[in-house]
Amino acid sequence: MNRLVKPRTLFVTLTLLCLLAIWLSLALGPVSLPLIDTLRAGARLIGLPVAGEGLEQAELILGQIRLPRTLLGLTVGAVLALSGVAMQGLFRNPLADPGLVGVSAGAALGAAVAIVGGSWMGGIPEVFAPYLLSLCAFLGGLGVTALVYRLGRRDGQTNVATMLLAGIALTALAGAAVGLFTYLADDATLRTLTFWNLGSLNGASYLRLWPLVLVAVVVSLWLPRRAQALNALLLGESEARHLGIEVEKLKRELVFCTALGVGAAVAAAGLIGFIGLVVPHLVRLLAGPDHRVLLPASLLAGASLLLFADLIARLALAPAELPIGIVTAFIGAPFFLYLLLRGRA
Amino acid sequence: MLRVENLSLRRGANQVLSDISLALQPGQVLGVLGPNGAGKSSLLGVMCGELNASQGRVTLDDRGLSDWPGQQRAQRLAVLPQVSSLGFAFKVEEVVGMGRLPHKTGLERDQQIIDAALQAADAGHLVGRSYLALSGGERQRVHLARVLAQLWPGEDGRILLLDEPTSMLDPLHQHTTLQAVREFADRGAAVMVILHDLNLAARYCDRILLLEQGRAHALDTPQQVLRPDSLKAVFGIDVLVQPHPERGHPLIIAR
Repeated sequence: MNRLVKPRTLFVTLTLLCLLAIWLSLALGPVSLPLIDTLRAGARLIGLPVAGEGLEQAELILGQIRLPRTLLGLTVGAVLALSGVAMQGLFRNPLADPGLVGVSAGAALGAAVAIVGGSWMGGIPEVFAPYLLSLCAFLGGLGVTALVYRLGRRDGQTNVATMLLAGIALTALAGAAVGLFTYLADDATLRTLTFWNLGSLNGASYLRLWPLVLVAVVVSLWLPRRAQALNALLLGESEARHLGIEVEKLKRELVFCTALGVGAAVAAAGLIGFIGLVVPHLVRLLAGPDHRVLLPASLLAGASLLLFADLIARLALAPAELPIGIVTAFIGAPFFLYLLLRGRA
Repeated sequence: MLRVENLSLRRGANQVLSDISLALQPGQVLGVLGPNGAGKSSLLGVMCGELNASQGRVTLDDRGLSDWPGQQRAQRLAVLPQVSSLGFAFKVEEVVGMGRLPHKTGLERDQQIIDAALQAADAGHLVGRSYLALSGGERQRVHLARVLAQLWPGEDGRILLLDEPTSMLDPLHQHTTLQAVREFADRGAAVMVILHDLNLAARYCDRILLLEQGRAHALDTPQQVLRPDSLKAVFGIDVLVQPHPERGHPLIIAR
């Protein structure tokens, strides 16, 4: 398989694509803002001296709705794609998904507990509800992943195959528990639960954004430092050890980054599938498997792809809004099948 | 120097290795021979720290192998496993370049070493190709180049452990591979190589360890080890041993 593009070209293209996605995401929606107005209002928001007649509405929409939503999309997409790279490296399999270590299922369980449990307790005060939901989802994801990691360890070594199987088992178990909550829920709660499971960038606010941004910064600064070690890990665990890599520490870091990243992303935006699977794969097809390119390129591509998916979610049935998980699954699942069949040929 | 003293290894109820002592000498190639299941790969596993000995110890430059920090150890000791399972489309020179990870010699020097190691493993013509597009034998040579690059140029104090490096190679490349290993040792490195071909071992090794059910049946020069009685006792085959007409090393012919 020849590499289609040089890393430089890829980075320039992806950066431009990402900027375009940001611009469109700020401009388009139920109220479409002229593209130029978006730029001018945006410039005013960051304090540039731009004449502002007639831009009050644009500034309001931009500042209060579109900007937090766009930032949420960027960080969620980036973090999911980076976690995908980490998991595909850890399992040394290009078809691995961040959900394999149980983090998505755990987060879904946490959310179900918060939503259904909250309604049993007669409703949580409106002010706390979103934070409680996010916190429960985050803790659920972290908890189940920690358990999967623990089950995969024996004699001070982490067995990746055992971890994979433990992840499948705990995902099923968490799924059953979510099913039980679904069965016990009343109609209104059921609807909240279902929509949460389909993911959405709707209702983004700065308050819910900053924990995710913090996590995204940590993960996207940390993982690229391990790019060479991830390359060596693809040779095999013992080969990586013979090359001087501290493999156990690396595996722990990869699982931790994924649990943190996906946990925070799911807590902020619900379950959004396939980004973590498809994006690294796509970048690998274009520019090869070297993690020094793969990690930063996946970050940019994941952020862009999620913003475009969100645009489709917003515009396809406007003024109603599709859950974004549906959009990513409609794009991602056929692409995944294509990858499988292509590999077989 | 890599030294093994009174080494034993148990796995469950099986005694895999019993009371083995040896030292890899700088500038020498030690061949390890023995039937399937004799413990050759287990011995190599213990000597590179992948398996923990039940008894005895392994020392690298008089310091316990497990006490070495990973990177410093990797600068001295390289291991070529029997099979590798790289499933990603790295280019050949990128795979070989991973051998330079433990070092900080700079891009330019690394590139020279990668080229030299690829030439030594007769894989220079594979540069630019995807690892996944290579045949089994070509992959084996690329991994050989990778471990050679890790210790390049192979001076005194470097140790190379190879597990059946010729298992997938055609006759010509069996010789070019062992020739490259021989040259590595001639520059001062200590080499241990697991082999199945008795004649290859006779030609390229300075000493041979003959393993039988986890015990050292013999550890000596090829002339001393490769004798009809030993080979009958360990492998159960009847052979004639004659001196090679041109080179003088033992030549083993099945009867």
